[in-house]
Amino acid sequence: MRGGKRRKLNFSKLYSFRCGKASMKDDDHSQIGGPGFSRVVYCNEPDRFEAGIRKYVGNYVRTTKYTVATFLPKSLFEQFRRVANFYFLVTGILAFTPLAPYTAVSAILPLIVVIGATMVKEGIEDWRRKKQDIEVNNRKVKLYQRDGVFDYTEWKNLRVGDIVKVEKDEFFPADLILLSSSYDDAICYVETMNLDGETNLKLKQALEVTSFLHEDSNFFDFKALVKCEDPNANLYSFIGSMEFEEQQYPLSPQQLLLRDSKLRNTDYIYGAVVFTGYDTKVIQNSTDPPSKRSKIEKKMDRIIYFLFCVLFLMAFVGSILFGIATEDDLENGRSKRWYLRPDDSTVFFDPKQAPLAAFFHFLTALMLYGYFIPISLYVSIEIVKVLQTIFINQDIHMYYEEADKPAHARTSNLNEELGQVDTILSDKTGTLTCNSMEFIKCSVAGTAYGRGVTEVERAMDGRDGSPLVNEKANEHIKDSTDSKSPVKGFNFKDERIMNGNWVNEPHAEVIQKFFRLLAICHTAIPEVDEETGKVSYEAESPDEAAFVIAARELGFEFYKRTQTSISLHELDPGSGNRVERSYKLLNVLEFNSSRKRMSVIIRDKEGKILILCKGADSVMFGRLAKNGREFEEETREHVNEYADAGLRTLLLAYREVGEEEYKEFNEKFTEAKNSVSADQETLIDEVAENIERDLTLLGATAVEDKLQNGVPNCIDKLAQAGIKIWVLTGDKMETAINIGFACSLLRQGMKQIIINLESPQIQALEKAGDKAAISKASKESVRSQITEGKAQLTSSSGGSNAFALIIDGKSLAYALEDNMNKMFLDLAIRCASVICCRSSPKQKALVTRLVKSGTGRTTLAIGDGANDVGMLQEADIGVGISGVEGMQAVMSSDVAIAQFRYLERLLLVHGHWCYRRISSMICYFFYKNVTFGFTLFLYEAYASFSGQPAYNDWFLSLYNVFFSSIPVVAMGIFDQDVSSRYCLKFPLLYQEGVQNVLFSWRRILGWMLNGFCSALIIFFFCTKALELQAFNNDGQTAGRDILGGTMYTCIVWVVNLQIALAISYFTLVQHVVIWGSVAIWYLFLLAYGAMSPTTSTTAYKLLIEDLAPAASFWFVTLVVVISTLIPYFSYSAIQMHFFPMYHEMIQWIRQNGQSNDPEFCDLMRQNSLRPTTVGFTARIAARTK
Amino acid sequence: MAITGASSSGGAKDGTSDSSSVARRNSKKPKYSRFTQQELPACKPILTPGWVITTFISIGVIFIPIGLASLFASERVVEIIDRYDEDCVPLNYTYNKLAYIQSSETNKTCTKRLIVSKQMKSPVYIYYQLDNFYQNHRRYVKSRSDKQLRSKASEDDTSTCKPEAVTENNSPIVPCGLIAWSLFNDTYGFSVKNKVLEVSKKNIAWKSDQDNKFGSDVYPKNFQSGGLIGGAKLNASIPLSEQEDLIVWMRTAALPTFRKLYGKIETDLEANDEITVVIQNNYNTYSFGGKKRLVLSTTSWIGGKNDFLGVAYLTVGGLCLFLAISFILLYVIKPRPLGDPSYLSWNRGHTS
Repeated sequence: MRGGKRRKLNFSKLYSFRCGKASMKDDDHSQIGGPGFSRVVYCNEPDRFEAGIRKYVGNYVRTTKYTVATFLPKSLFEQFRRVANFYFLVTGILAFTPLAPYTAVSAILPLIVVIGATMVKEGIEDWRRKKQDIEVNNRKVKLYQRDGVFDYTEWKNLRVGDIVKVEKDEFFPADLILLSSSYDDAICYVETMNLDGETNLKLKQALEVTSFLHEDSNFFDFKALVKCEDPNANLYSFIGSMEFEEQQYPLSPQQLLLRDSKLRNTDYIYGAVVFTGYDTKVIQNSTDPPSKRSKIEKKMDRIIYFLFCVLFLMAFVGSILFGIATEDDLENGRSKRWYLRPDDSTVFFDPKQAPLAAFFHFLTALMLYGYFIPISLYVSIEIVKVLQTIFINQDIHMYYEEADKPAHARTSNLNEELGQVDTILSDKTGTLTCNSMEFIKCSVAGTAYGRGVTEVERAMDGRDGSPLVNEKANEHIKDSTDSKSPVKGFNFKDERIMNGNWVNEPHAEVIQKFFRLLAICHTAIPEVDEETGKVSYEAESPDEAAFVIAARELGFEFYKRTQTSISLHELDPGSGNRVERSYKLLNVLEFNSSRKRMSVIIRDKEGKILILCKGADSVMFGRLAKNGREFEEETREHVNEYADAGLRTLLLAYREVGEEEYKEFNEKFTEAKNSVSADQETLIDEVAENIERDLTLLGATAVEDKLQNGVPNCIDKLAQAGIKIWVLTGDKMETAINIGFACSLLRQGMKQIIINLESPQIQALEKAGDKAAISKASKESVRSQITEGKAQLTSSSGGSNAFALIIDGKSLAYALEDNMNKMFLDLAIRCASVICCRSSPKQKALVTRLVKSGTGRTTLAIGDGANDVGMLQEADIGVGISGVEGMQAVMSSDVAIAQFRYLERLLLVHGHWCYRRISSMICYFFYKNVTFGFTLFLYEAYASFSGQPAYNDWFLSLYNVFFSSIPVVAMGIFDQDVSSRYCLKFPLLYQEGVQNVLFSWRRILGWMLNGFCSALIIFFFCTKALELQAFNNDGQTAGRDILGGTMYTCIVWVVNLQIALAISYFTLVQHVVIWGSVAIWYLFLLAYGAMSPTTSTTAYKLLIEDLAPAASFWFVTLVVVISTLIPYFSYSAIQMHFFPMYHEMIQWIRQNGQSNDPEFCDLMRQNSLRPTTVGFTARIAARTK
Repeated sequence: MAITGASSSGGAKDGTSDSSSVARRNSKKPKYSRFTQQELPACKPILTPGWVITTFISIGVIFIPIGLASLFASERVVEIIDRYDEDCVPLNYTYNKLAYIQSSETNKTCTKRLIVSKQMKSPVYIYYQLDNFYQNHRRYVKSRSDKQLRSKASEDDTSTCKPEAVTENNSPIVPCGLIAWSLFNDTYGFSVKNKVLEVSKKNIAWKSDQDNKFGSDVYPKNFQSGGLIGGAKLNASIPLSEQEDLIVWMRTAALPTFRKLYGKIETDLEANDEITVVIQNNYNTYSFGGKKRLVLSTTSWIGGKNDFLGVAYLTVGGLCLFLAISFILLYVIKPRPLGDPSYLSWNRGHTS
């Protein structure tokens, strides 16, 4: 017997598992068949002709960027979209013409190397995606074949109209219409973790007409026609109808099973495929992964454009001067510079066509001065980023032992962006929290019980001693893993009431009532394991589960529910025995967000009618009876304490109800329930209101929405680093606020600006159902609330009050509209923390976009569920939590980490380093190319701008490849201004990235100016020193080859020593690459000079015969190199001492050994600790005021 | 500083080695190494006042003696420079120098007298110095054929030599190209006290050029036989490897003003000797306004006479000492607590 006992229970009839209301508005359904609603599905007849002509897409889903055929053209196109690469392509082609100042091979080779390396990288990345695709598309599902047999087939083979059978814990392969399930009433439970990140189960139910299909063989002659809406991205709506046995039945989202959600607690279901592949709602929802580029790279492009302008300007000036000089060569038919034979010239040097010659020269000059543009910049950056990524992946401090998951940077494009994050937009469930509730404390009869320590308290404890508590915090984390309670959802320790000891407590009968209430007042369903007799619960929300579990652990075991009764095993204080007790369940007054409480009315064995009520303190204290307030004061105190510790609290109270009163109530209640008018809910609320009064307080519970380890600590560090944190969650407002407290985003004393649409006026309108009026009123309401909030902010500006903005999904929808989003953003960025609750995946993405484009700052989104995908893709950086379940978020993220707390290290250490490395690297790249390129230009001025390079062809083309690029790559990989420990110790250092001080225009232009000066010094010193006189003892003078060789040697020395000055972290690697680069230059000169003179041309035996034996070569090198470096050296010495940047101060501290001086460190950190920010340091700061 | 970091990670490493080897093999835990954890031992230099001052002082201390030595060496070199392009034009041609130089009728011989100011130890190098002559012009530099110069077999390899590649009847010019065609052709004869000074033209070119770039089996052919004569003619019976004038000329100069070695005088010249130079003023620099100079010079270990290097060393050395002193003063006068956060750029904004 499948289903066993459960089958008998019709869950769909159970009050609280709300099934989607079948009452579909008729006007929606009338649209079927019209435009937008044209899909026709012939269930079980995928081969039918009419199905064939509709050409619905297959179920194959591809996420790769390229296919085999498109790889080459598309990736080449991608490459040459980069303006610099395109430029080099053009010059490479031009190099084959006589325009070229150098040989074609020497121009095209570096380009091939650079493009090839990048394409290989692209190819490998795409190959990985391809493998993932293959895995998904080849998953197996049972498909109905002919003759009543179901057999396995791959997902990719499914077609619209197929009937599939999905078994327990399998994913749905496409969007299905639920036909029937293993339950009699054709319900099934679905986990939509991958879609919206919620782990609680959703109930779906098939149409009654198809629920008879329980056996495979039933499908032998099953036929139905489904007509429904066209594919769209709306996850929560579905409109369609099913024609079955010549009857029309409306279909609603209640029958739709979405791809990538999971079947739970149901043995199997049968479903008909309606949307496949790209038509499925989840894929329609996923936008193309945008290829993200970091801000630095975008800025780098602008610098390259700037350099292009300089280049064009130089070429332009050069060609004009060249044109003038060329035209001048022929005067009245007489050659002036006769040795150039201007009378018999090619077009490139023809005085008679000087303008044309000048134009061609312009092209030549563009090629020659191309050394301004660092060709190897892109590829070097890419290499560096890949290696940085490996460091991130290898970081042992970001490895999560429990899940065996290291950090994983999935794209290497954004490493440096990690160092510039201004706003973090975080999901809540699964990201900040573990998505499990733990019963941790309670206050019964004015006595607080429970010794558990919450994450927040742990963090606060750590703060009390010294300001630096990394080590301590680590210990705590260890503690918490050790003491992890064996029971999920229960972390309560107090020997006073555990193991039945409560009997001896002063208010034993109150305690008994308290736990009994916990065991009765809920809507959970018990599941008894028949072998062990252990009970587990299926509850609507995790906190409800935590209550029943707590009650069970404390001796009030709820084990059986029927439609009308609840049965417990409980301890009888008199006899001390475990007795079975059954309570008659009379009514359940459900929870909803306006009531903020739920109650049950029961009749106990003695026949007494009791109302048991639990609810939020805001509504409960007011409903207590005068004589029921015995413990009010203590309880209130405890509740505040709990809230401050980040716990969710509920008050428990009860009342005995008289028979008469109950009767009256029940009549009214039944009446209200049976009324069909639109204000049925209000009626019920009113009735319930009347009975839930004059209660007697029992106590309060405190449940911890278990935060992930180290979350408050991490948030605190991030807040100290000046990063703003927004929480975007699908949760209810109360939950969201609670979590805000728990993870120290909110604190007591913070002013909360709450924006919602729960005003009675709007609710009234909602009942009226006039859509236009609702939206108009809502808009107005949101607008006025925002304005009000702003006024509050302005009035307290300058004060130390911190503000928090909390907004719900409905209001958010209006706040995000075009004409209001500016106002909203304006308000939001002035608040210390922002919490958006009840927000849909789309809203999350919209908020992210708003922050991103509105502030122009870098945003980071972090989340773990498929509902965060949009947000992750929209943000500048998406960080996925590779949590317990669901790969969707990870797949669309840029970096995946296992725990929220690793964000601290990822940003403050790796982000900072990468930012610093990449920005210094780019600056340096521009420096070295300006230095090199400008000497070429200066030389042109002395060669009548004829386009003759000062250096040998191969010197030119190898400059960027060999002699100057390896140290800068090493810098990009290894350099660190301060060690990771200091990065974490002084979070404010992170602001260097946020404010982009290391890559400001000032700094970039400064480096270029430095390059410009270097070029001047090198060129003029060399030419002056080697001008006319004999170069050596033997009387020979210096020709083009010697001057070129000497200048080039100086450049190689200068750029390499310059990087040695710029680096602050010298490992062996740095020594090897820097001195190695210089050595390679000499070796190259030696080797190249030894080749045959036709290959080496002007470099033939240059070093051994010409340069090395001459003393002046060495002395010129020495003086030129040193004098070129002096300006930078003096500048940085002055800056270091008189205007140090933050990282330089930390270097001072390290140098002077002041890092152990707490007072000094505090001074350094004082700016991190602002009472107007969030984090527990701010909390402490606010408290000590 | 780095010690705590290292030890804590070290602890982590020990932790895993305790666990069973099976678990370890399947674990994705990154392996600990100082390299992957970016904890390599490193020297972390920062520019402390001590370092800065030491560096400046040591540069000064090293550079000043070098500067003095090279200045001294340069001073020891004796150099006689004589510009003759103006003087060697007869008076009646003063306003039409071009006609003078281009005519084959005119007498190009010109005599000049030079006084030796200081004793010149042999070898005395003879240079000609041209001005405003763009040997580094792209058209000029490219107009040669290295292959042809190197071996007889590539005689026809003249494609790069245009417009001096082939004669009218398409036989190749050897050596081809503008450089060779415009070979300098003034000649100098020297005598002291009516005694002719021998001018050696041996070993004035770089040896590698002579050995490997100019073939010993390549003889001039069709050279200067076209309508337009550029510069010097070559003796067709001497292989290119022996034509040192050509070899020197063909190693093109870097800048538009340059000297090239003409020959050497192997005898010492005494102070106050009067040298009579008989110049054959053939080379046309008048059309482009170039000057011609004759230079006699000795050399020292630093090369010829040029004070620039010495002065540069002295200036840089002096500047460094000056900077060292300035820094010392700055550090003494304006000491400030290192790492005072109030100096941070972003603090200036929002405090106060």
